[in-house]
Amino acid sequence: MEEYALIMRHQDGTKIASPEQMEIWMKQTMDWIGGIAAQNKFVGGTGLPFDDARVVSTSNASKVVTNGPFGDIKETIGGLITVRAESVDEAVEFAKGCPVLQGEGNSVEVRKIAKNDGVHKG
Amino acid sequence: MQQQELIPHLFRTEYRKIISVLSKRFGFDQIESAEDIASDTFATAAQSWPMNGIPPNPTAWLYNVAINKAKNYLQRDSVFRNKVIPNISEHRTLEPPENEIDLSPQNINDSQLQMMFAICHPSIPAQAQIGLALRILCGFGIDEIADAFLTNKETINKRLFRAKEKIREEKIQIEFPGASEIDARLFAVLTTIYLLFSEGYYSSSQDQVLRKELCFEAMRLCTMLVENKYTSTPEVNALLSLMCFHASRFEARVNENDELILYNDQDPKLWNAELIGKGAYFLHCATTGNKLSKYHLEAAIAYWHTKKEETAEKWENILQLYNQLLQLEYSPIAALNRTYALSKAKGKDHAITEAEKLKLNDNQFYHSLLGELYINIDNKKAISHFRTALGLAKSTADKTNLFKKLHSLEP
Repeated sequence: MEEYALIMRHQDGTKIASPEQMEIWMKQTMDWIGGIAAQNKFVGGTGLPFDDARVVSTSNASKVVTNGPFGDIKETIGGLITVRAESVDEAVEFAKGCPVLQGEGNSVEVRKIAKNDGVHKG
Repeated sequence: MQQQELIPHLFRTEYRKIISVLSKRFGFDQIESAEDIASDTFATAAQSWPMNGIPPNPTAWLYNVAINKAKNYLQRDSVFRNKVIPNISEHRTLEPPENEIDLSPQNINDSQLQMMFAICHPSIPAQAQIGLALRILCGFGIDEIADAFLTNKETINKRLFRAKEKIREEKIQIEFPGASEIDARLFAVLTTIYLLFSEGYYSSSQDQVLRKELCFEAMRLCTMLVENKYTSTPEVNALLSLMCFHASRFEARVNENDELILYNDQDPKLWNAELIGKGAYFLHCATTGNKLSKYHLEAAIAYWHTKKEETAEKWENILQLYNQLLQLEYSPIAALNRTYALSKAKGKDHAITEAEKLKLNDNQFYHSLLGELYINIDNKKAISHFRTALGLAKSTADKTNLFKKLHSLEP
């Protein structure tokens, strides 16, 4: 059994959703994660809210801190969860259920997690 | 209270106090001596009271007898340690111990709580912890423990014997754990209390009285933790709340033939309003702090189950709570219950798709759930799942319910 990170990307982080819409998304996300957890395949998750977000970048060899992942950056990461799966195909099946995909242009990236066994398999 | 009822009653309430205080005084490694003295004290009462009449204050009488017996024991022990052992070995001379035995309410309470931590020491196997808790903290007889575990006295005796060996090997002390350890040790205590409760609530033992007794003992131990400032954490309150909510359905979940009545078929008028109120109170007490434990989530789920009306809100909330619970800790039963909540909140088709992914094929409740979901959607599949469940079922109550289901589906 391998562990995979499912990384949720939003096409446009500048769109502000209404509290009602946020609540619906939240429930959908919880249902999605609950379904994976019910199969004993959920390892952990990290939500990444936009509040207090900063971007540190380099400009003319000095560090520049800007507010939020908005503005120039077109794509933002909304959160990630880690799952257990027999194969990348199973992890992809989990990813397909992610409610983020209801938004056109959004994506879920599936990445195997390197085992901490001295052999970097990335 | 009549004499023939008084001694068993006092045994239930006082034995554990005497034994906790004495074990603490002698050292946990001498628990057998403490047990002997506590049992002897009741034997003396059983001999003396029929002849001399019940003393005006029976509890004080018992304490006095126990104190005298304990003092004699300490005297003999000190003679042995200080006079005999030095002559036969290089054993160090011990100070003669103070022969005071403190049976004050404060020391009784502290000793019992400390005993709880000692019994639930991580090095003692879980089954043995429950056995020891029933024997020492609840004053259960070996035959009652054997009945509760559906096994024989020899097995229980062996289990308790090994647990006591472990106590000596590990040099477990009867004391409060240090502040840095308290959460981890309390976690073990709560696990044992919840196992004790579940043993009563879900056991297949036919003895309803005994089963209830197990549940109430678990609630009593948890109440002691709630009443102590040092141990009354949000998690402890959440567990007590959870047990109150479950216990509120005692009268509704069995019929006059001792058959199990499933939640859906229960008469809410038989639910105990007082226990539901207590559950709500302790759930409220549990909402301080920022840690959300599995007991909080289970208590909240149990709270929603005390509402009989089938609203969308009820099942949506239960579903979300199970989603959270499963992220904290997976268990097959939580996975099945979540899927049931999903069928109520989102419909059977949706739930069937998710249920088929669970693949808990050896689990009778998995097949019962699938059977339930397939009713009126694909009755052939429903029957096939109920039959598989019947083949896996062990308890008579489960089998009876499955027969009823099959009977209603088969032409």
